[in-house]
Amino acid sequence: MAPDTVQPPPGSALPEQAMAPQPWRIHSVRRDVASNEVFSWELRPEPGVEPGPLPAPGQFNMLYLFGVGEVPISVSATTAEGGVVHTTRAVGSVTRAMQGLEPGAVVGLRGPFGSQWPLEQAKGRDLVLVAGGIGLAPLRPVIHAALERRSDFGRVVVCYGARSPGDMLFRDELDAWDRRDDLDLRITVDRGTAAWRGDVGVVTQLVERGGFDRRNTLAMTCGPEVMMRFTAATLERRGLKPEDIFVSMERNMRCAVGFCGHCQIGPHFVCRDGPVFPYPVMEPAFRIREL
Amino acid sequence: MKELLAIIEEQPFFEDMEPAHKRLLAACAAERSYEADTRLMRDHEPAETFWLIRSGQVALESPLREGTVPFQTLGPGEIVGWSWLLPPYRASYDARAVTDIHTLRFDAGVLRDRMEADPAFGYRLMKHFAALIVQRLQAARLQGLDIYQPGGPGHGA
Repeated sequence: MAPDTVQPPPGSALPEQAMAPQPWRIHSVRRDVASNEVFSWELRPEPGVEPGPLPAPGQFNMLYLFGVGEVPISVSATTAEGGVVHTTRAVGSVTRAMQGLEPGAVVGLRGPFGSQWPLEQAKGRDLVLVAGGIGLAPLRPVIHAALERRSDFGRVVVCYGARSPGDMLFRDELDAWDRRDDLDLRITVDRGTAAWRGDVGVVTQLVERGGFDRRNTLAMTCGPEVMMRFTAATLERRGLKPEDIFVSMERNMRCAVGFCGHCQIGPHFVCRDGPVFPYPVMEPAFRIREL
Repeated sequence: MKELLAIIEEQPFFEDMEPAHKRLLAACAAERSYEADTRLMRDHEPAETFWLIRSGQVALESPLREGTVPFQTLGPGEIVGWSWLLPPYRASYDARAVTDIHTLRFDAGVLRDRMEADPAFGYRLMKHFAALIVQRLQAARLQGLDIYQPGGPGHGA
């Protein structure tokens, strides 16, 4: 039977001052998408702040915009200077207010929280990462880690689906990954343009193309739930066992430490037991309408 | 013929077909290469052929007044064309080689006659194509949902 969580949370120490946001300054802002609705901040701690442990791939921080509100945002990279990069899409009142901030602004940060992608479990195996839309952001640290420890893994396949060529994130990095011969990057868009020469269609068709050892592969997927559901079904059809598939869930959160229940999916707290879950744990929830 | 059979045997699409059925398929197949931008099928034209892509990329496109719009691309190991299976046997979209491509081209008119004459073969091949059509239908539904739009369907609350 698959474990309920990737990292058993009970007993795991909460970061110091888990409920008290610490001041972090926006060091740089990057806007990838033409509409500017998606932006990445590199945050660095203010002097005097003792940063907690560096977030592991898959974990998230709570970002507090003083006077507006607090939101959970996944970590899309960490930097050599001790910075943490968060990639956010402006969709609600807090993230829309965040969208206007420039370097130098100070926000509150608490974390890191949650479970992580099971990279250790993927050691010695093929690694398949399937990202949809902004779901590439939480998987990006996995790609960084896999490339740093490239010899630990077999084939590394990254499948990325975006709405259109103009909606693709981290373009320069995608180009760099595409030039590598030790990473199989596959990109598709739902809607092509006259200038687009790549694939058109849903991301699951990139998974259908195989190119990994069905008996020895670990897969991680992040994106809209319907996309993850179809991706998992495709991976299973390609021969993967459900317990070798991991998904990252997204829900509204408040406390981030498993007290308030805002993010509950059935018995699971997404903030504490997730956001990364083995697929068999979330599969029943995917079948419940409006959950 | 032997070479064609060997190619068919290594294709996942035909993986679980019986040897006799693979031989029937090979008898209706030929290797064909096309240059980039060649149009393999045109919307509404008679569909008497299907292709298995061995290398290169093909775009399926809908012809609109403003020009053709690609809605799916296909690569090695994938099948182009299933309109030959059912009346009125006319293509329902365009298919264009995006790059130079190498294919196995199947004479679908002859295959249809063989399927009628040998119901076991017909049923087996129809099942393979039904699975392909379902897969494409599901993909088209997912694509139509526009799931990556901000706050689009299927995102967490």
